[in-house]
Amino acid sequence: MSVTTHDHAHDHHDHKPGFVTRWLFSTNHKDIGTLYLIFAVFGGTVGGILSEIMRAQLMFPHNDVVGSGQEWNTIITSHGLLMIFFSVMPALIGGFGNWFIPLMIGAPDMAFPRLNNISFWLLPPAFILIFTGLMLGESGTGWTLYPPLSEATYEPGIGMDCTLFALHLAGISSLLGAMNFITTIFNMRAPGMTLHKMPLFVWSELVTAFLLLLSIPVLAGAITMLICDRNFGTAFFNPAGGGDPVLFEHLFWFFGHPEVYIMILPGFGIVSHVVSTFSKKPIFGYLGMAYAMVAIGVVGFVVWAHHMFVSGISVDTRAYFMAATMVIAVPTGIKIFSWIATMWGGSIELKTPMLWAIGMIFVFTIGGVTGVVLANAGIDQILHNTYYVVAHFHYVLSLGAVFSIFCGFYYWIGKMSGHQYPEFWGKVHFWLTFIGVNLTFFPQHFLGLAGMPRRYPDYPEAFAGWNFVSSVGAYISGVALLVFFYVLFRTFTSKEHVADNYWGEGATSLEWSVSSPPPFHTFAELPRIR
Amino acid sequence: MQVFRRLRAAFMATLLAPALLPASAAYAQMPKPWEMGMQPAFSPVKQQIIDLHNLVLIIITLITLFVGGLLAWVMWRYNAQRNPVPSQTTHNPVLEILWTVIPVLILVIIAIPSFRLIYYEDRTYDPDLTIKVTGHQWYWEYTYPDDGNLDFSSYIVPGDQLKPGQPRLLTANPALVVPVNKNIRILETSGDVIHSWFIPSLGVQRYAIPGRIIETWMRVDKPGTYYGECNQICGTDHSRMPIEIRAVPEQEFQSWLVQAKKQMAENGTVPPAPPVMQQPPAIAQNHPDGTLQTAANEVEH
Repeated sequence: MSVTTHDHAHDHHDHKPGFVTRWLFSTNHKDIGTLYLIFAVFGGTVGGILSEIMRAQLMFPHNDVVGSGQEWNTIITSHGLLMIFFSVMPALIGGFGNWFIPLMIGAPDMAFPRLNNISFWLLPPAFILIFTGLMLGESGTGWTLYPPLSEATYEPGIGMDCTLFALHLAGISSLLGAMNFITTIFNMRAPGMTLHKMPLFVWSELVTAFLLLLSIPVLAGAITMLICDRNFGTAFFNPAGGGDPVLFEHLFWFFGHPEVYIMILPGFGIVSHVVSTFSKKPIFGYLGMAYAMVAIGVVGFVVWAHHMFVSGISVDTRAYFMAATMVIAVPTGIKIFSWIATMWGGSIELKTPMLWAIGMIFVFTIGGVTGVVLANAGIDQILHNTYYVVAHFHYVLSLGAVFSIFCGFYYWIGKMSGHQYPEFWGKVHFWLTFIGVNLTFFPQHFLGLAGMPRRYPDYPEAFAGWNFVSSVGAYISGVALLVFFYVLFRTFTSKEHVADNYWGEGATSLEWSVSSPPPFHTFAELPRIR
Repeated sequence: MQVFRRLRAAFMATLLAPALLPASAAYAQMPKPWEMGMQPAFSPVKQQIIDLHNLVLIIITLITLFVGGLLAWVMWRYNAQRNPVPSQTTHNPVLEILWTVIPVLILVIIAIPSFRLIYYEDRTYDPDLTIKVTGHQWYWEYTYPDDGNLDFSSYIVPGDQLKPGQPRLLTANPALVVPVNKNIRILETSGDVIHSWFIPSLGVQRYAIPGRIIETWMRVDKPGTYYGECNQICGTDHSRMPIEIRAVPEQEFQSWLVQAKKQMAENGTVPPAPPVMQQPPAIAQNHPDGTLQTAANEVEH
């Protein structure tokens, strides 16, 4: 196996460039990772404020927090897109991926540092475009952007075009990042680190990068066709011109379904490391864990039409997509049981990162089993688009993926900043979030079973009870976010410095062999893996 | 303060709602306050959906309890204080095969009835009548192609025009009238954007997509009023295009049809849906004038 040599532009090992050069023209994977993480906190906070507005509106029937249905639709659109493209993805892929892939494989940096910089800097303009769509109140289609509603006839404003262009920019950003990740992981592993010795987090990012590489171009094609329909007189999705709205649904979900695995797979990687570290045991069934992620990635590409069970696809097609979707439960089950087996016989310390990891396993299990319910096309006939679906995907993403982000944050913040978080407040943050989000989303299963449609700013009085409970839960989660900011404040004002490997014997991957924080340039001399 | 007042009002409303509903509510199928499961079934499809869901719900509850229980056990048993020296086991082929094969078997158990259900749900092969449903921003248009294309549009009844016992955001006027115990073929399409025609208590849902006709079916078991809502985001009034279905015995349906065709030819309206039998008179008086606006003579808006 070859190890590429990496030429440093400046050879002094810990020479840090000035502020502008360092942060605006950054080519250092750690700095870019930091930028991504800051951006993710920002995007998540804006998306979170939108959720609080939504829950305030839904707290009572006949409420008037939000002015009109169109305003409401714009808010839900922006909430979805912000949380996906500007919070979860930047945190898990751009943030932790950039920070820890090179550190874990013993590489000095990413393969294409300048590309890395562009990947990040495409996101702020994308955010501004999404925000324009929100402020103009002209992107009321839901994040699924289904035409004809997103066609110029029904959503004529430029805000909708802004939102579509934002997705183009965010998509290019992800694509460039994915190419960079794949190249780095394939070519820049330290001598002796075979693919089968690679840490699971790196495996998870590798699978994620391939999912991005194969799915984002399909989304780009779909929204390009939509932009042409809106502005240049084509009729790809307009039946009056021979087009087909269902074509868009296929293209969108061919991207959209892998996208949900893109958001959760890196989380799987983080949780594996944390569970192993705090059980002081190597991961159980390493190869099974790695290939379960590969299997999830592969099968994830052939299940997309389960989002379209009531779109008039033929009954045999429904049967196929139902069967294929249920298959995904098997590799997912392997992961859940392997995590538990890793803990089994271990010597478990329930530090904050471990709480988040165990919490993630539990909420992801709930989200996973409701996924099995929804996979049944027969049952989905009356659960499709109800709050049951909202509960399901928030359990896997808003809880699963977000728990794994916080899990990674508490696990690595000492490594990244050199300062440890306050343990007590970390635990307060965890328990408040755990109670808040479960109170928010568990009752939504009941609402969905009873038939409450999603994307409704107002609902029949019968749904008032559980909506009220759900809103109270959302407020508790909001308070938990404030606690997180306090944790950040305490961490960065702390005078205490942490050791290289502050978690001790359980933490075995390469990032624990460098100082905390790591020097500006790491691994000038490549480590050797036995 | 206002919040508290509203809070109390909301709670009073939800807690007292069942008591305040008129007797006719027994025949009106809509969600109940604090409902935790599916609405009761009033069609064979919905009954089968509930049966399969009950099976799957038991399985997933057991799995969740099992995983939760295992997590609790390892956190307690293998806590650092109780178990200071960790084992280094990383493989157990038997266990790994088991936790792959057992989930497969569980999925097969779920899949068998599930396949049967989707083929049963798909369509009816000997329909007694056909109804065409067209989604519009923001109302539903109903057509009876078997009966001279009788065609009318059904709009939400705004909150300030509701009569006692009519649920807000669910009541539509005029209601779609169907016969009970008949296989009804539903053909759906849309005049503008995608909508979804969704009636939880009858187990029916299909998108209404412009440029396409999508088929499904239903069979209503009992006379009564059934409510549904648009379930695919369709613009600003997405939450304000409810579906109200009145199912009546065959003879009443036929006499309503005759009257409706006559009245449609005369003034472009349809008569109100026949009241459900055994209803208290108060509810039967809901539509005293007998004429309701339809799309035919509706002023463009």
